[in-house]
Amino acid sequence: MSGKAFAVLVALITLVTAYCVIAHVWWMPVDISVHGPKIDSQLEETVFVAGTLFVAGQLVLAAFVFLYGSSRDKPKQIPGGAKPLVLFAFLLVGAEVLALSFIGSKAWGAVYFTAPDPGALPIDVQAGQFAYYFRYAGPDGKFGALHPALINEGSQNYFGLDPEHDPDSRDDIVTAELAIPVNKPILLTLHSKDVGHSFYVRELRVQQDFVPGLNLPIHFTATQTGRFEIVCTQLCGLGHYNMKAYLSVLSQADFDEWLKKQAAMQ
Amino acid sequence: MKVRFTPVGLLTGSIVLLCFSFVLAKPNHKVAASVGGQITGTVKLDRIAPKAKPIDMSKEPSCAQIHASKPATMESVVVGTRGGLANVFLYLSEGYTGNDAAPSQPATIEQRGCVYLPHVVAVNVGQKLVITNNDQTSHNIHPMPKPGGGNPEWNKSQLSGAAPIEVNYTGEEVAVPVKCNVHPWMRAFIAVVKGPHAVTDDTGAFKLDNVPPGTYTLTAWQETYGVQTSKVIVAPGKSANVDFTFKAK
Repeated sequence: MSGKAFAVLVALITLVTAYCVIAHVWWMPVDISVHGPKIDSQLEETVFVAGTLFVAGQLVLAAFVFLYGSSRDKPKQIPGGAKPLVLFAFLLVGAEVLALSFIGSKAWGAVYFTAPDPGALPIDVQAGQFAYYFRYAGPDGKFGALHPALINEGSQNYFGLDPEHDPDSRDDIVTAELAIPVNKPILLTLHSKDVGHSFYVRELRVQQDFVPGLNLPIHFTATQTGRFEIVCTQLCGLGHYNMKAYLSVLSQADFDEWLKKQAAMQ
Repeated sequence: MKVRFTPVGLLTGSIVLLCFSFVLAKPNHKVAASVGGQITGTVKLDRIAPKAKPIDMSKEPSCAQIHASKPATMESVVVGTRGGLANVFLYLSEGYTGNDAAPSQPATIEQRGCVYLPHVVAVNVGQKLVITNNDQTSHNIHPMPKPGGGNPEWNKSQLSGAAPIEVNYTGEEVAVPVKCNVHPWMRAFIAVVKGPHAVTDDTGAFKLDNVPPGTYTLTAWQETYGVQTSKVIVAPGKSANVDFTFKAK
């Protein structure tokens, strides 16, 4: 391929890619969370800044290949040589990255460094190869203690509760689906039964790893009803591709009814 | 030397040959139906069964769909309409000394609708067990035998439509729990014994066939309520009747 043809190809690929991003040809699903807009705008800013430099850099490259790519003349020198150019690029890109980090820390902080609402609905989440199970505290508002030695999937005791000896666990409600009321703060506490997993709901803009041995909190508020996928995004074994659960965001009335039905099935 | 065929010689020779034919003939391992007996009976639960817990299969939509109109339930206690206890495994725990070859017909267990069918499958030592996956999803079957019991622990993935898995169990064990590594609610049991055995249906009825006449201990095993035993004497060609009642705790 001649230098000119290659340059045109580079320019073409750059412009098509830029178009796809700007026109949101493949973009994120609808945001249903309170903190989502901060994260989405942070992503847009990052893509804008990095994208501008990307397009500029690629087009300059294409221009130089077009003009001098097939030349048999001695290569031309940038006035001043390569060193100032490299230093300039370093400073430019470095400043961009630092700026994005500082600005982006606000979005991060909104999710991870703000305390959950004191009235948030607490839900216990357990990830294990290869399913999620969820636990609600029940009318007494207390979660029973977990006893891993008592875990018995054959009798659906996924969490290892001891209702015989532990009164707090008797009204705990264990479900395979995560249902939450809309527009209410939710506090999830994540723990793993075995290896590392992750809790990811695209529409909620929430992703949190399960780290074996830790109880990790993550809080959010959902703003739209609907049914959304929770997928595992941390490779956890041969069933990882299949590991998922569903998040149902319901009206308060629907949620109360759902919880009552689940309690009756314990 | 000239052999002389006298009438006495021929008669003696025939008798000798006849005796040899009895000695050399292959012994008939299968007890003729006219000689062996049967053990029949019913297994019941002493009260109304606890409510069967429904299984939420939402994490596996292709299977959840199959049970959309009627959710699958956990099968740790299955009681029929007349109080019959299903999935009880019966076998001769003492007194059986036969050395029958394992049946050539394999036992089967299938994965369908993300449950194991049947819930309790019985095999004789050395009999082949064939495992099939008839679901759209893949499974990972994981039998968990007793350590040191002669059966190795293994688990095997089976993609949708993959070839059946064939295994041979050599260690007697009542019973090997089976789970699926991908679908936590799936549960089955493989009982490995020598000799006649039976699994009850939801009428609680069972029948052990081809039982050599003798005195035995018949054991009934149920995954939640444990075991019960009964001494039984089987007469040639007759049917002995034994009933069991398990007590719910």
